[in-house]
Amino acid sequence: MRFSILVNGQRRTVEADADTPLLWVLRDDLRLVGTKFGCGIAICGACTVHLDGVPTRSCVTPVSAVGGAPVVTIEGIGETEWGRKVKDAWLALDVMQCGYCQAGQVMTATALLANNPRPTDQDIDTAMHGNICRCCTYTRIRAAIKQAAGLPTADSREERS
Amino acid sequence: MSERVVSQPATSGTGLSRRAFLGVSLAAGGGLLLTLNLPRPAWADERAAAANLNPYIKIDPHGIVTIVAKNPEIGQGMKTTLPMLIADELDVEWSNVRVEQAMLNPIYGPQFAGGSLGTPLNWIPMQRVGAAGRQMLIAAAARTWGVPAAECTAERGVVRHRSSGRMLTYGALASSAASLPAPDLESVRLKTPAEYTIIGKFTGGVDSARVLEGEPLFGIDMTLPDMSYAVYEKSPVFGARVVRANLAEVKALPGVRAAFIVRGSGPDAAVKMGLVDGVAIVADKWWNAQQALRKLRVEWAPDSAPSQGTDVFERDAARLAREAPHSVIRRDGNVDAALARAAKVVEASYAYPFLAHVTLEPQNCTARVNRDGSVEIWAPTQNPAPGAKLVAQTLGIDAAQVRVHMTRVGGGFGRRLNNDYMVEAAAIAKRFGRPVKLLWNRPQDIQHDAYRPGGFHHFKAGLDAAGRVIGFRDHFITFGQNGRVASSADLPADHFPAGFVPSLEYAESLIQLDAPTGPMRNPGGNALAFAFESFLDELAHAGGRDPLALRLELYGPPRVLPPPPPRFGLKIPPFDTGRVRGVLELVAEKSGWAHRNTLPAGTGMGLAFYYSHFGYVAEVVKASVDRAGVPQVHKIWAAVDIGRQIINPAGAYNQAQGAILDGLGQALHQFITLRDGRVVQSNLNSYRLLRMREAPPVEVHFLRSDNDPTGLGEPALPPVLPALCNALFVAAGKRIRSLPIEPQTLRSTAT
Repeated sequence: MRFSILVNGQRRTVEADADTPLLWVLRDDLRLVGTKFGCGIAICGACTVHLDGVPTRSCVTPVSAVGGAPVVTIEGIGETEWGRKVKDAWLALDVMQCGYCQAGQVMTATALLANNPRPTDQDIDTAMHGNICRCCTYTRIRAAIKQAAGLPTADSREERS
Repeated sequence: MSERVVSQPATSGTGLSRRAFLGVSLAAGGGLLLTLNLPRPAWADERAAAANLNPYIKIDPHGIVTIVAKNPEIGQGMKTTLPMLIADELDVEWSNVRVEQAMLNPIYGPQFAGGSLGTPLNWIPMQRVGAAGRQMLIAAAARTWGVPAAECTAERGVVRHRSSGRMLTYGALASSAASLPAPDLESVRLKTPAEYTIIGKFTGGVDSARVLEGEPLFGIDMTLPDMSYAVYEKSPVFGARVVRANLAEVKALPGVRAAFIVRGSGPDAAVKMGLVDGVAIVADKWWNAQQALRKLRVEWAPDSAPSQGTDVFERDAARLAREAPHSVIRRDGNVDAALARAAKVVEASYAYPFLAHVTLEPQNCTARVNRDGSVEIWAPTQNPAPGAKLVAQTLGIDAAQVRVHMTRVGGGFGRRLNNDYMVEAAAIAKRFGRPVKLLWNRPQDIQHDAYRPGGFHHFKAGLDAAGRVIGFRDHFITFGQNGRVASSADLPADHFPAGFVPSLEYAESLIQLDAPTGPMRNPGGNALAFAFESFLDELAHAGGRDPLALRLELYGPPRVLPPPPPRFGLKIPPFDTGRVRGVLELVAEKSGWAHRNTLPAGTGMGLAFYYSHFGYVAEVVKASVDRAGVPQVHKIWAAVDIGRQIINPAGAYNQAQGAILDGLGQALHQFITLRDGRVVQSNLNSYRLLRMREAPPVEVHFLRSDNDPTGLGEPALPPVLPALCNALFVAAGKRIRSLPIEPQTLRSTAT
């Protein structure tokens, strides 16, 4: 079947089976490979994209379900104010190790800040719960989200420890 | 976070034990090309090495310096660290440095990411390349000006003549320097630490911005013209043969180009991580191949292995523990006599499970087989050379006919020291006749790993009236094949406290295992530290001793033990008990260990130390237990001694924190279960990884003792497991002797 979807502001047409997950349309048809495959069951968050501004697991989202909702991927998120701030903070704090999960982390973090520009540590825990980092760069991810928000990067949970 | 510098007499340092030399040439289009010829590893092909010299450093006429990163980048930062060493000694601006990934080529010497060896193997050689380059650029300037080189200095890409004030940039000098002879690498002067401009500075990863723009850097991102997508289904029972499969039905499915049986290399291929029997499906799109996989029906022989089950292993281990050990690993003094005269005897059994690596980038490889039989590979591998050899042997070609491109690697952790996915892609591409990208799905990745082996320890130790350890015994029940210990399933004869307790015996018994095992981040240590450092804590509590004091007593006064023989072409630094004491005392100070008894009831601190990969790491965990019995980790402190210089603080703190949280995830969640020869877990819902809210603050302190720098990918992982369990003993009064931690073990019976 033929599908027309809006990706990073551009209208794209792809030929794919209706049940093909958006992830594989992005990666293998549109060659937007920044969005990653981790688990295929929406549990690791590596495939996170924004669908109508909402962080969405593209590995379980059929291309036929996208419809007219705008899709934003890691390749396009830097065009948004929060996306740029998050990427800058990620680089300034040297968050990544292997880097494989980080596109998904950035997409989720950007959505968090767009909705909640001054997140607490608990807000970060909740928002980022669905994104696994196998290298466990969680301390840096937490700090980078706060840096992007212009907040002190210290971990407030230390006070109770 | 901090660094504390300690001055002490330098012990004999690390460094390459064989000689390297430098090559010089003019770059195409002008500029200087420097080639470092490291001692060739044993596997290198002589002809390939002689025919082709690749540059390490290229300086173009504009002063842009291109440095080749010879090792694969798996997330430990070597693609940034090693060029930093060259660039600092060369004395150029880091912003003018470009880093290029090398292919596999014997001229680079060893090219792998493993053993935390990137730093110790390259610390001196990379600096020497840079220093030699600087020396040549100074010489070229001196020749141009007709002045002695000693009157010239080089700084940030510019050579200056002190008295006249004349200046020339590296870019302007590069072509002229290329006609000068190469300096002797062993005699070049290296900078003093005070002169460093890049080493020791917070330096972001060279690929990070490109990763965040979604550029195709990882193996899974590779595409070739005319490429198809492949999946490969193997037996859930390790080493089984394909009897038949519904190939005709699968071939008729949408998008499928081919479906065929691939024959493996023989009965031991499964355990050796070579090519094993399976069914390949090649399709226009990976999703088509993946959908076709759901319709694939394969008959395997055998389709069950009843002896290969976690519950069977546990029964076997319990039986073996009651019998005489199969063999003795080490025997010092007389343990029976020591236990007989001990004031107190402590006995405990510890167990830990098999673990999977679950790199977040599933195994994959892109392969093209050319008409002349040669093979080109694009792979996320930690260890490309054995992969090329495996491909060559399996396909019946010469190793020189296999070209391997090293992609960025989405997590290594030891998984990709094996190259099973590489040989599968090559075999499928050969049969299919066109290039393929093989990509495993997550269940295949979890169910076809080289697992961290499980193990069982039966400890017995004797304390004298003062609580000193006078006798120590471990009967280790481990796994093997046909009487040989499986990969990464051994107990080293020199494992602590061997050599520090007068009467000690390590013995082992083997359970037959048909599943593959292999190294996982800190092999051995990731399991042994839990068992030994937890039992040591038991001994401290049994003897009424402070666990810190007991460790300090066991290691004794600061002294340097005789150095072991060289390994990996590297002088092995001798074990230094002073460095043990240093990190133990530092972590105690930073964590407030002395005041741990003032913590609220239900909160405890635990301590552990582990020496591995030449690194000395002590950690303290502060934890409590919630009403459901779930451990709550409040904070972790680490004191780390990996020598006098932290090359890149950006990477170093990240590595230490990441390794510690990696170990925490193992302790809290992870286990692989075998049943009838099959791995039960299939995805990240049944094999859990640590998540954000479970990651406590981790405070890392580097103790900069006066020793050559060593690696940090692995040493910080092991201590956190026992430190956590030791904290939970204080917090909840329950001793964790089996991993992962079961909340029911810790649930309070009082409520």
